Amino acid sequence: MGRYVLRRLVQMVPVFAGATLLIFLMVNVMGDPVAGLCGDRQCDPATAARLRAEFGLDRPVWQQYLTYMGNVFTGDFGTAFNGQKVTELMATAFPVTLRLTIVAVLIEVVVGVTLGVVTGLRRGRPVDTGVLLLTLVVISVPTFVTGLLLQLLLGVEWGWIRPSVSSAAPFGELLLPGLVLASVSLAYVTRLTRTSIAENRRSDYVRTAVAKGLPRRRVVTRHLLRNSLIPVVTFIGADIGFLMGGAIVTERIFNIHGVGFQLYQGILRQNTQTVVGFVTVLVLVFLLCNLVVDLLYAVLDPRIRYA
Amino acid sequence: MPEQPFPPEGAIAGAGPGGAMDLTASEAGTLERHPRDPGADGSPAPPPGPDAPDPAGGRPRSLWSDAWRDLRRNPVFVVSSLIILFLVLISLWPSAIAPGNPLACDLAKAQQGSGPGHPFGYDGQGCDVYTRTVYGARTSVAVGVLATLGVAVLGSVLGALAGFFGGPWDAVLSRVTDIFFAIPVVLGGLVLLSVVTSTSVWPVIGFIVLLGWPQISRIARGAVITAQQHDYVQAARALGASSPRVLLRHIAPNAVAPVIVVSTIALGTYIALEATLSYLGVGLKPPSVSWGIDISAASPYVRNAPHALLWPSGALAVTVLAFIMLGDAVRDALDPKLR
Repeated sequence: MGRYVLRRLVQMVPVFAGATLLIFLMVNVMGDPVAGLCGDRQCDPATAARLRAEFGLDRPVWQQYLTYMGNVFTGDFGTAFNGQKVTELMATAFPVTLRLTIVAVLIEVVVGVTLGVVTGLRRGRPVDTGVLLLTLVVISVPTFVTGLLLQLLLGVEWGWIRPSVSSAAPFGELLLPGLVLASVSLAYVTRLTRTSIAENRRSDYVRTAVAKGLPRRRVVTRHLLRNSLIPVVTFIGADIGFLMGGAIVTERIFNIHGVGFQLYQGILRQNTQTVVGFVTVLVLVFLLCNLVVDLLYAVLDPRIRYA
Repeated sequence: MPEQPFPPEGAIAGAGPGGAMDLTASEAGTLERHPRDPGADGSPAPPPGPDAPDPAGGRPRSLWSDAWRDLRRNPVFVVSSLIILFLVLISLWPSAIAPGNPLACDLAKAQQGSGPGHPFGYDGQGCDVYTRTVYGARTSVAVGVLATLGVAVLGSVLGALAGFFGGPWDAVLSRVTDIFFAIPVVLGGLVLLSVVTSTSVWPVIGFIVLLGWPQISRIARGAVITAQQHDYVQAARALGASSPRVLLRHIAPNAVAPVIVVSTIALGTYIALEATLSYLGVGLKPPSVSWGIDISAASPYVRNAPHALLWPSGALAVTVLAFIMLGDAVRDALDPKLR
């Protein structure tokens, strides 16, 4: 187990380095950060040169990348051009996005798996067809459309909720944004669970469990569900990373000051330090989630052992 | 389950005497049929035997003819292809159903509801929502189709080469794929497209191809590795076929199905992605007409003029739904496991 984790961690290094380098290069293409610093006016050449030297922007890109990564591993994500530490921005933004992601994942797991089990056990019945059509519609409507429509209906027309989230962003206010963020993944979780349950329902161990007289509830939860959850867990694990990165749209609609908001601002203002820093953390989260998923396999399916 | 017109057993039993006569009468007849038989494009010719094509004009039942037979009977496929046909037609000739000019706007009419000749009303700039919704189909369909073509070609070539040759090339490609998977798509789009000032569709298409190919290459690699283990590949190699020939004539036709399925479903998601990027202000830019731009422009005054938001949103949802339904139907038809 320990050796497996170690090997996976070592394998993560090139992917992490490659992904951050790619983002670093992309951001470099984004334009001259010093020009962004001067705002709309043209920079004074002497000032620009001094700023470049100060931020190390006159050195080649690979050197900048190595310096940056060296700093990151000592916990220094640099300073945004307005003088605020990037780590300070992260400290305010990540908890908000984390809460939003938790709400979204909970909705995905509870609603998605329940719907999947219900439809998987009743394959071909009206409930199944109805839910299947509904998931197709949810997958097809882009998140920003779902978000705007629900905000219009629940927030503005019916007044059930506040249309935008306050800066503190407590869990209660994040329910609707969480649902919007989760919507597409929710549909995928439902379909995955449904297929998996329907496949495993005919397997030998389920027949054995039924034959030895176990109550139906126990057969479904202990035998069928546990074995059917492996593809679902894979999906949700990979999804956590996507949810945090994809929250840009949801956070923009509901005016949530999380990671997506900071990234959007950073990109608009050409604030390279902010963008690279946040993306680095997001990539790390994505890779770690995938590792945790692989370890969870062993918990769900005792046949899987990591040497 | 509707009865199949030419079940294999039925063909043998029913056309027994006729089929045998046909074979003995002239083997040249069966050979002659080959050049114009579209089923013989890559699959090995069927052995002349009891299940050779019957004289009624049936073809050897390949995966493709089976799939086509299934598809024609599937209402989901029929409905979605009709919608897509309609979308393609109005993207080619939008003026056929929308005589107005999408860029002709009159601020005096801003946010007005529907009136005669303008069934969907006006948006915040006083442009006709109906005309803009019709013209918006063109960019969405163009981005979706072109990006999918690009992704499918680039992804399947790189994936197939990695799966076929293996070794260090495969290892490098797999790691590169991992790297691309680790970058959130919307984020990459914001960073890369925020510098682009061009108003054409090409930067968006280029971006989707850049971040989309790893998905297809992973699928193609897996399909090629699976197909490679089959006996007919071994046989072709034993007969001295060159690597390009084995790859193109024997492996590719048998590995292309999953690529087609994933590409069709991806087409719908690419259309949604273009709209999302346009909504965020980095995809297409005015004066391009795009549903994403219109939805983004309509969202601030949605309380006063919800119709300006609802019509393009509805059009976008129906379009994406049609392509995803098509992909679903194609997958059901091409996946023999689900039969």
